[in-house]
Amino acid sequence: MTQPQTLFDKLWAAHVVETLPDGAAILFIDRHLVHEVTSPQAFEGLRAAGRKVRRPDCTLAVADHNVPTSPGRVGAEADSVIQLATLEKNVAEFGVPYIPIDDVRQGIVHVIGPELGASLPGMTIVCGDSHTSTHGALGALAFGIGTSEVEHVLATQTLIQDKARSMRVTLKGRLGPGVSAKDMALHIIAEIGTAGGNGSVIEYAGEAVEALDMAGRMTLCNMSIEAGARAGLVAPDETTFAYVKGRPMAPQGEAFDAAVAWWRTLPTDPGARFDREVVIEAADIAPMVTWGTSPEAGSPINGGVPSQVTPDTERALDYMALRPGQGMAGEAIDVVFIGSCTNGRIEDIREVARIAEGRHVADGVRALVVPGSGQVKAQAEAEGLDRILTGAGFEWREAGCSMCLGMNPDKLTPGQRCASTSNRNFEGRQGPGGRTHLMSPAMAAAAAVTGHITDVRNLAPTGLPHRSPEYA
Amino acid sequence: MDAFTTLTAVAAPMPAANVDTDKIIPARFLKTIARSGLGKSLFDGLRYNADGSEKPDFVLNQPAYRNAEILIAHENFGCGSSREHAAWALLDFGIRCVIAPSFADIFHANALKNGILPVVLPRAVCDALMGDAAMGGNARITVDLEREVVIRPSGEEISFAVDPMRRHFLLNGLDDIGQTLQHEAAITSFEDRRAANQAWWPKIDAARG
Ligand code: SF4
Repeated sequence: MTQPQTLFDKLWAAHVVETLPDGAAILFIDRHLVHEVTSPQAFEGLRAAGRKVRRPDCTLAVADHNVPTSPGRVGAEADSVIQLATLEKNVAEFGVPYIPIDDVRQGIVHVIGPELGASLPGMTIVCGDSHTSTHGALGALAFGIGTSEVEHVLATQTLIQDKARSMRVTLKGRLGPGVSAKDMALHIIAEIGTAGGNGSVIEYAGEAVEALDMAGRMTLCNMSIEAGARAGLVAPDETTFAYVKGRPMAPQGEAFDAAVAWWRTLPTDPGARFDREVVIEAADIAPMVTWGTSPEAGSPINGGVPSQVTPDTERALDYMALRPGQGMAGEAIDVVFIGSCTNGRIEDIREVARIAEGRHVADGVRALVVPGSGQVKAQAEAEGLDRILTGAGFEWREAGCSMCLGMNPDKLTPGQRCASTSNRNFEGRQGPGGRTHLMSPAMAAAAAVTGHITDVRNLAPTGLPHRSPEYA
Repeated sequence: MDAFTTLTAVAAPMPAANVDTDKIIPARFLKTIARSGLGKSLFDGLRYNADGSEKPDFVLNQPAYRNAEILIAHENFGCGSSREHAAWALLDFGIRCVIAPSFADIFHANALKNGILPVVLPRAVCDALMGDAAMGGNARITVDLEREVVIRPSGEEISFAVDPMRRHFLLNGLDDIGQTLQHEAAITSFEDRRAANQAWWPKIDAARG
């Protein structure tokens, strides 16, 4: 009998082209997603060496990080325009499939990959962006790479990789009401730390993970990099297959059935060994809020800043203008950002609309809702969510990364405090001097309508029809 | 990529953990389509005031460390985004080696691919080296990749280990793509096997959907 294998072992083995003498592998890459910020220097390198893109049919390009998300996309900065033009020139020259900025399918690379069926179970997926871990939700080995590696994949369709260690995080039981995949992710990171997953691929398992829809699984895998992991994984199951079925770039008909037959063989075998195991009771997870400048610096909403401070914590608190030992609830906010590859999917926007319905953004608060893709935006508009949100005083924007990273015109100004559904609260991440509190879409919506950080579970029902059964 | 053999240089101490890539090079500087020119924006938020003047307290602004080629930090250096601009900014400033107890994975790979040597040493050793570095411009530290040792100003040698293949590439300034393309036949045969055994595997066509 062969040794029981993990999902990661199977994905790895299925993609090894050759093992090198020192043990590293040349790994075949099935999908390479390319965006405007980390690719120009890679195409330049190909050009300088007279190389071609080996497999344009495994490559998909889109602009997302550095595009304005204002209605009509007005206000692009000059260097952003050059970056977009450079991508368009490069994809044309090298014959790379490209989704133009005015196409309804444009969006954040990690939202559109799964949405289009370009990202599938069983694949190796890379992108010059650390949150490529998102696609692991499908049961694919997906990880971020640097620009030299982007060039390497363009030229060879492979990467040289050492096999990572394996880690399993099992979430037993069920999440409580008002607690989401984002809270799971922040809870796990607070527990294992931002370096807790270094050198590892984390498989998320257990009842609470199986119960998540694909959007929730993507949120969870997205944040794996914030725990230092190379990638996150969820085993493909019926939820996955139902999600993939019929997506435009996925296999169709008999080809789909053949694919599913293989995908069913991928989940971790009983008895397979992981280098590290962590078990968490899902019922212990509360809505989370970060208070510091690292994603591990988070606490349950009913908790707060630790009273013991290290020099690193002291610096973070100074930056965040918070005090040791203080609670998080009641802290006034200036801006709310709902979007990003962590929480910019239709499910997230429905959740926000459910809380916004019958309420209004608090005075003096600016609240942005930025759909993760043009298709998410169109779907939300078809459901009338945009009207609920704009009626409640939220801004409704074009798709893109927006205020997640302080690169395009959407930025915090120094000292502004932001409730954000994104994934990083580093100093200056959302703009120089900006103060970021990471939380779930529901918690961010609650902050928007109350004007301060608040426990979404304490918001009284508005009396309007509710969309989510757990609140009914 | 420039080869890395031996470096004797001034080291700048940065006693902080989780020095993230947004700190190393904030996103607003990623709008460039070139690799060079990022050195002036390295550590922008720590290095400059809002009016563009230098913060005198920041280590790389101090006269003794302006020419530092080695950086010493605490755990998890380079965490956060995959932006290779972090490595390019360090290199453009003149940093060729970062010494820390641990590195984030993607930064570690990016550094090696740009001829920057990441040296992993225990926290206590890093602190001792920071003590050396605090002696200022005359306290030069040597990093010898050939022998895999760091030599303190006192002459004491501390061993470190680098993946043998990466070490070979660094010592010889080799580029990965050329190496991988020597295995092109294996890549082609992998693609052929895939096409024969799993014919369902779809091709990307942006016109679809
Ligand atoms: S939304 Fe934020 S984290 Fe996601 S890809 Fe864009 S910038 Fe990166």
